[in-house]
Amino acid sequence: MFITVGGERKEVKDGITLPELIELEKVETPEYVTVSINEEFIAKEQIAATVIKDGDNIEFLYFMGGGQ
Amino acid sequence: MPLTDEQIERYSRHIILKEVGAKGQNKLLKAKVLIIGAGGLGAPAAMYLAAAGVGTIGIADADEVDLSNLQRQIIHGTADVGKAKVKSARETINQMNPDVTVNTYRTFVSSENIRELIRDYDFIIDGTDNFPAKFLINDACVMEKKPFSHAGIIRFKGQLMTYVPGEGPCYRCVFKNPPPKDAVPTCKQAGVIGAMGGVIGSLQAMEAIKYIIGKGQLLTGSLLTYDALTMEFHKIKLPKDTHNCPVCGEHPTITELIDYEQAECDMK
Ligand SMILES: [Zn+2]
Repeated sequence: MFITVGGERKEVKDGITLPELIELEKVETPEYVTVSINEEFIAKEQIAATVIKDGDNIEFLYFMGGGQ
Repeated sequence: MPLTDEQIERYSRHIILKEVGAKGQNKLLKAKVLIIGAGGLGAPAAMYLAAAGVGTIGIADADEVDLSNLQRQIIHGTADVGKAKVKSARETINQMNPDVTVNTYRTFVSSENIRELIRDYDFIIDGTDNFPAKFLINDACVMEKKPFSHAGIIRFKGQLMTYVPGEGPCYRCVFKNPPPKDAVPTCKQAGVIGAMGGVIGSLQAMEAIKYIIGKGQLLTGSLLTYDALTMEFHKIKLPKDTHNCPVCGEHPTITELIDYEQAECDMK
């Protein structure tokens, strides 16, 4: 199936879970990353049980603290 | 207030734009923008806002200029090392544009002073380097109903979003709580390419200017990310639903400002 991750369309195996996708995408410090699917935030406690569906649009939002 | 001949010439490239005109330039001259942190982000933001003729620019920063700042904090020069950043920034702005009144606050923002500090301003720019300050600025702006631009930069990456009361999510809607100290790399540990402050700080200035003149689309409801290595900008549409947010939602549970433990970047 095809999904969009960070604006990029890509093919992944059917029924991939969110934790599997996080690993596949090599998400840095995943415990501090906000995830949205189809413009809805996924609560931390829901991540483990979330299964990605065909056509889903996934975004990883990272803490970025620098500025000075 | 009619523009003087000198102002008409100074701002001619603005005035000729149909989105700005003399009317927009007058709005800029009357506007008050507060920049918190006169560093990598705040330096270019302050300079472009000053050049644009934003009439009052406030700058809050407790630090002094360090030699390691100069790789990116272009409002300060070699001769300013050791000087208070707010003083150095004011001197640069005064030299750039006499139309600008600069208010300086040589202080760290805290729950004690921030609400009073931002109250007087039309738009706030978060140019700080640490999460406690970023959450503090967010919560204070939500409570005082002030629009602000959030940004962060690290390595070859940067991001920003704009909060306008009632027009989309706040920073806390997206990021909930500050990460624990050292859980997420900060700029001193990780480094940052100097021009990144120029890119993202200038975009923050752009948001302030658009807000003041009331033209175009702001980054409300979006987080814009920039990767300098792949040279890609990506605009992430944020969830619209803010009603559960502990600070900007319908039933806020955060009604007092919080001074989180400073896990700052420690990057002088
Ligand atoms: Zn919120």
